[in-house]
Amino acid sequence: MPAPEQFRLIFKHIDEPGYTNDLACYVRNGGYEVLKKSVARKPEELVDEVKKSGLRGRGGAGFPCGVKWTLLDRKSGKPIYLVVNADESEPGTFKDRYIIHNDPHQLIEGIMITCFANKVERAYIYIRGEFPEGARILEKAIAEARAANFCGPNILGTGYGCEIYVHRGAGAYICGEETGLIESIEGKRPYPRIKPPYFPAVLGLYQCPTIVNNVETLCHVKHIADRGGEAYSKIGTPNNTGTRILCVSGHVQRPGYYEFEVGKITMGQLLFEVCGGPLPGRTFKAVIPGGSSAKVLKFGERYKGKRKSGAEMVEYDWGLEDIPMDFDSLAMIGSMGGSGGVIVMDDSVSMVEALANINAFYSHESCGQCTPCREGSLWMKKITSRMVHGEARTEDGALLKSVADQIAGRTICAFGEACAWPTQSFIAKFGDEFKAYPEAKKAPRAAAAPELV
Amino acid sequence: MIQPASPDLITVNVDGKEIAVPKGTNMIEAARRVGVDVPHYCYHSKLSIVGNCRMCLVEMGMPAVDPASKAPVIDPATGKQRVNWSPRPTIACATNASPGLHICTTSPMVKECREGVMEFLLINHPLDCPICDQAGECKLQEQSTGYGRGYSRFIEQKNVKPKRTLLGPRVMLDDERCILCSRCIRFSKEVAKDDVLGFVDRGSYSTLTCYPGKKLENNYSLNTVDICPVGALTSTDFRFKMRVWFLKQTNSIDTETSVGVNTVVWSREGVVYRITPRENGSVNDTWMPDSGRTLYKQIREGGRLEAARVSGSVADLESAVKAAAALISGAKVAVVGSGRSSVEEQFLTRKLAARAGAEAYLVSRVGQGDNLLVSTDKNPNVRGALVTGLISELPKPSLGALGERIDSGSVTTVVSVGEDLLAAGLSASQLAKVSIVYLGTHDNATSGLAKVVIPTLTVFEKHGTFVNQQFRIQRFAKAVPGPSGSSDDLVVLSKLLSAAGGEALGADVGSLWPSIASEVPALSTMAYSNIPDTGLLLDSSPWSTLAFAEEATLHFKPAAAAPKEAPRG
Repeated sequence: MPAPEQFRLIFKHIDEPGYTNDLACYVRNGGYEVLKKSVARKPEELVDEVKKSGLRGRGGAGFPCGVKWTLLDRKSGKPIYLVVNADESEPGTFKDRYIIHNDPHQLIEGIMITCFANKVERAYIYIRGEFPEGARILEKAIAEARAANFCGPNILGTGYGCEIYVHRGAGAYICGEETGLIESIEGKRPYPRIKPPYFPAVLGLYQCPTIVNNVETLCHVKHIADRGGEAYSKIGTPNNTGTRILCVSGHVQRPGYYEFEVGKITMGQLLFEVCGGPLPGRTFKAVIPGGSSAKVLKFGERYKGKRKSGAEMVEYDWGLEDIPMDFDSLAMIGSMGGSGGVIVMDDSVSMVEALANINAFYSHESCGQCTPCREGSLWMKKITSRMVHGEARTEDGALLKSVADQIAGRTICAFGEACAWPTQSFIAKFGDEFKAYPEAKKAPRAAAAPELV
Repeated sequence: MIQPASPDLITVNVDGKEIAVPKGTNMIEAARRVGVDVPHYCYHSKLSIVGNCRMCLVEMGMPAVDPASKAPVIDPATGKQRVNWSPRPTIACATNASPGLHICTTSPMVKECREGVMEFLLINHPLDCPICDQAGECKLQEQSTGYGRGYSRFIEQKNVKPKRTLLGPRVMLDDERCILCSRCIRFSKEVAKDDVLGFVDRGSYSTLTCYPGKKLENNYSLNTVDICPVGALTSTDFRFKMRVWFLKQTNSIDTETSVGVNTVVWSREGVVYRITPRENGSVNDTWMPDSGRTLYKQIREGGRLEAARVSGSVADLESAVKAAAALISGAKVAVVGSGRSSVEEQFLTRKLAARAGAEAYLVSRVGQGDNLLVSTDKNPNVRGALVTGLISELPKPSLGALGERIDSGSVTTVVSVGEDLLAAGLSASQLAKVSIVYLGTHDNATSGLAKVVIPTLTVFEKHGTFVNQQFRIQRFAKAVPGPSGSSDDLVVLSKLLSAAGGEALGADVGSLWPSIASEVPALSTMAYSNIPDTGLLLDSSPWSTLAFAEEATLHFKPAAAAPKEAPRG
C-alpha cells in the first residue's frame, strides 16, 4: 500500500520559498484571522471546540487537551496561567524548534486563542536554554504581535488582554516535566512536585491553576478554532485526531520532519517509502518510535492481540512495519507515540553501545530529587559504560534489567519511566546481544563491518 | 486548656487491622497507630512533605464501588466489600487517609520496593559505619537491616563528594554520606527561617552545601544534626566523643528560658555527653536551641563548689546547716529564691521563708527572645514560684527593694538559693551589712562573701519539676550523680527547715509531693509520678492579671488579657 500524502497543517508554510518568520509574512498568509474570529466568540465555545476535536497533547503523554482544560480549578478566584512547554529536550525530537524558528506567530496565535478560551491573562513560554536563537525569535515575534495589538492589553479592541513572556531555561531535560518546569519559572531548582497534591490544574504556577501545553498542541488549537472541533476530529483516526509531526532521525535515507494524519501511516510506509529505506547495504535493526524514552521496537518482531475497532474487538497480527503511527496502537504494542521522535537504528549499531549512549543522557539529566531515578540512572550508566569499555560481564544484562525494574513506577515524576524503559526494552528485545557482548567485545572488529556514520 | 473540637474520624485498614484516625492523617501516622512501621527518611512530621526518598512506598486500595449505581461491590467469597488495589505503589507520607482506605505494607511488591530503595541509597554511600558518628542511631543502618537485601550487586566506582565540610561553628557535613532527603534544608527554611542550605549539582552528584558566603550558624543549627537520618551532619561538639549505644538517656528540661524545651540528656558513667530535644508537640515539637545543648558543660566547669564552708573553713553538711540555722533563728531574714529552682525546691524555700518570717524575693532575668524556642524570660520556673506561693507577684528587675531594707537595718540575714546577689542588684557594701547563707553549685561573688556556703546540684544531677510559660508542669530527672561534697537542694533545704525549727518534710521529690499536693492548691490533685512525660497544663487563671514578660514563641501566645505594664525598678 503506498504511503499517504503528507497532511501539512502545522508545517503548512514551513518549507515554502520566501516564507519568513515575521509578522507581515504571517499576516499575508492569513495569519491572526482565526484569532480575530475567535475573540468574537464565547470562551466556553472555544473550550468546547477543543473538547470535541479530541486533540491529544503532543508533548509525549498524549493526554486529551480538552480534558486538561476542564480540570482547571476555575472557582479558586486565583489567576489562571498558561505555560507553554517549549523545553523540547527529548532526544530525537525537533518539531517545536522548527515551529518556533520558522513560524513563531502560529504559536503566538495558538497561545492567544487558548488564553482567551481559558480567561488567562499571563502566559509564559518556557524555552530550553539551548534555543537562544528561538528565544530571540519569540521575543521579536511577541513584540511584533503586541505592536499589532494581537497580544498585550485590550487585544483587537475586545477589552481582553494577555501578556506573553518568554522564560529561558538553563538547559535541563527535567524542565520539560510540567511541575519541574513550573518550579523553574518560579526561580527554584526544577524538582518535579508530588502529585497529589500539586496538580498544575489546581496548584500550578505560584500555586495558581495552570495549563501546561506543548508548542505543537497550542498550534493545533489554532486550527481547531479555525476549522471547528467537529471538522478537526475528522482528520486522523478516531481517538487519535489531527495531524502529527514525526521527526525521523538515524539510519534512513531521508531523515527529517514529516507531518501526517495521525494513524493514517504505518511505520513501514514511513521508514521505507517516505524516508527512503535503510542506507545502502544496510538493514533496519530497531526503531524507537517516540523519543529516546519510548520502548525500542525490533524489526522482525510480531505483535499479536486484540484491539478495538469501532465498537468491536478485532484480532491483530502486525509486523513492525504494519504498526499505525498513532498513540493507541503504539501503546498497545508496548511502546508509545511519545513526542514523535522516531529514531532508527540499522544493523551497524551495537545495542549495548546505543543503550550506553541513552543511559549517559538520562543519568546526566536526572534531577536527583528522588532516590530510584537519581541512583538508578547513574548506576545503569556506570554498568553500560563499563561494558563498552571492555569490562562487560555476561550477567550485566540481567543486572541492568533488575536495576531498571526498581526505578519505573516508583518515582515522583515520569522521568523514572523515561530512564528505565530504554534499558528494560533493550534487554527484553536484544538480551542475547547483551549476553554475547563480553565475547563480541574481545573479538576484533571484522574488516568488512561498516563503520558508524 | 481548651480541647480542640473532636476531629472527624475516619476508618482505615492497615494490614488487615482497622483503625479510626482523624481526617488528614497521612498513611505513615495511621500505620503508626496500629503499630505498623512504615520506613522513611525524608518524611518528618514537623516539616513539609517532599516525598523524595521513596522508602515509604506502600500498596493502596480503595473499597470497590459500582461505577453506575455507586453501590459497594461485595466479594462473594468473603461477603465483604471488595478492595481495588492500585497497581502502582504509593508514597505513604504524601497520601492522606480517606474513608475506607486500605494500606498494605507486607506485600511482595512493597518488600521489593524497599529493597530497591535501600540498595540505591547504599550504592554511593561510603559504608564507613565503623568510623561514623551516626552508627547506632542511623536510619540507614536500621532500615537496611530491617528492609534491605543484605548484599550488594554494585561493583562500579562510588561517587566522590566533599568530606568534612564545616557548615557552621557547630555542624560538620560529610556529603558522601548524605542521602539527599532535604530534611535539613526544609528545617532551615521552614522552622529556623534561615534559608542557608541547598543542593548544588545534579542527579546522583547533587551535593548539600551552604549558600556561598553564609554559614549555618543560627541558634537552631544542631537540629539539622538531630533530624539527619544518616551521618552526613554531625555535631562538632559531640563528634567522636562517644558511641551512642553506650549512652544512657534521661528526660530533662532545657533551663535556659521559660519555654521549657523537653530534652534528653545522654550520659555514661556519670558524664554527660550531649543534650538533644525530646518531642513535645505542645511545647517544642522536636526542636531545641543550640544554646541549650551546651548547658551540661556547667557540670564539669571550673568553680564548682566542692565542700560546705562555714566562715571560710570547710565543714560537713550537718555543721553547715546548723551554722546556717543559727544565722536564721532570731534574725531578721530575707530569702532570695530562684526562678531556676525546681517547684519542689521553691516549695521548701517558701516554707523556710515562712518559718523565718522572711520576705521572699526572686531574681528577674528578662532578656532577648527569638520568638521560637528562646523566650524573653531566662528563668525556667518563675511560674513555679507563683504556683508554690513563694512569690505572689512577678519579680522586679532588680533587688533594689531588698537593698533598701538592708540599708535600713530591717534585714540582717539573707538566704540565697543559688543566686548571685551582686549580679542581682545588691551592692558589696549592702552585702557587707548582712550574714549570707548561700546554697549553690558554683563559686561566685556572693559565695565568696557568704558566712555559710552549701554546695548543691545542677539540674542534671537531681529530680524535680518546672512550670513553663504555658503553666505546664514538666518533670526532669537525674542523669548523673552530683560531685562528692555537694548535696541535693531538697536535702539541704529540708534540713535547714527543720534545723530552723520548722516541720520535718521529705527530702526527695517522692516523699515531698504529698505535702506539696496538700498545700499548693494548683497541684492538689497531682502526684509526682502521675505527671506525664510531656507535662501537665495547670490552671493559670489565678495569675491571669500578671503581666508576664514573654512574647509569643512556637506554641505559646501571651495572654491578651494581661495589660503590658511598664517595667518598674
